[in-house]
Amino acid sequence: MVSKKSKSWHWSQDVHQLFKKIGIKQIAYVPDGGLARLIERVQADKSMRSVVLTTEEEGVAQMAGAWLGGQRGVLLTQSGGVGNCINMLSMMQECRIPLLSLVSMRGEWGEQYPWQVPMGQSTIPALEAAKVIVHHVDQAEKVPETVEAAAKLAFDANRAVAVVLSQRIAGSGGQG
Amino acid sequence: MAVKSKTPYTLQRRKVVQRILEDRGDAAVVTGIGNAVHDVASANDDPKNMYLAGIMGGAAMVAFGVALAQPKRRILVITGDGELLAGIGSLATIGVEQPKNLSIIVIDNQAYGATGNQHTHTGRGVDLVGIAAASGFKKTALITTEAELEAELPRIHNQPGPYFAVVKVVSKTSPRINAPKDGTYVSRRFRAAVTGESA
Repeated sequence: MVSKKSKSWHWSQDVHQLFKKIGIKQIAYVPDGGLARLIERVQADKSMRSVVLTTEEEGVAQMAGAWLGGQRGVLLTQSGGVGNCINMLSMMQECRIPLLSLVSMRGEWGEQYPWQVPMGQSTIPALEAAKVIVHHVDQAEKVPETVEAAAKLAFDANRAVAVVLSQRIAGSGGQG
Repeated sequence: MAVKSKTPYTLQRRKVVQRILEDRGDAAVVTGIGNAVHDVASANDDPKNMYLAGIMGGAAMVAFGVALAQPKRRILVITGDGELLAGIGSLATIGVEQPKNLSIIVIDNQAYGATGNQHTHTGRGVDLVGIAAASGFKKTALITTEAELEAELPRIHNQPGPYFAVVKVVSKTSPRINAPKDGTYVSRRFRAAVTGESA
């Protein structure tokens, strides 16, 4: 493993290794630039099934099903997709089913595209309104430990948890 | 607008669901919101039933997550046309992923039966069987008679999937059943029955 001090280190390699260590078997996502390197790593890993969604709430439902069937999963989404998930998140709350989610932010740190700002600014309040516990992280070096803590809260304490990755880490995320 | 004109269909939804579940074996069942909950609970309140009494549009993807986690077990979705329409993109995702052990059965009364029988799109030309076939489901069926249902039962339970069927039924709401409503109870009972582990 590349040391965090190395220039070639990227948080996604440690998070991918963490997913393996804690037995993640299902990854559901709608692609995003901020998560692209993590998505490439998990897609290449045959020990976990990567599923591309048409819309993010499908992944919330899939994660509930994964737990019901005895597996662990992770939902990867851009902040823009969080709004799509709100009704489906009622399953986690009503059934107290674990959810581990990584959310890459748009519409905040240094955003240049105005249409990204409304949902970006609503992302954390919307998650909290849906009773999802939010861990916001704005330094790349802190992403792996934050995801590890969130995974414990999700799978050991049966809670819905989102690790929200600041745009400061992820960059602009692409065009528009 | 509510459905006033009679449809040409004669199958009774509750009898259809009971007949399908008679042959379920060790299959797990995920219901959609609405009458499907009561149809499934009236057949037998099996611990391997997950009653989704909310999250409209989520039944197919909850079942898909279970299907990936339980590849040796058949997973049946019993849902309504309104519920399936609310998560129609799921058919594309499932069509791409090709879970062999997943069957989706839509009990299609062409109406939102739980809210006063307002029209759904299926009574106005939207062809769910066509959408599923075009999305890559391995086998699809339109069932309108008892004979067609009997012929299709082995495929519902055993055909390598993903399998998809629409069963056209009369638009008449059956009595509600006292199915367990508490999500923590139903979900833990289901998980324990399906995985053999306690949560």
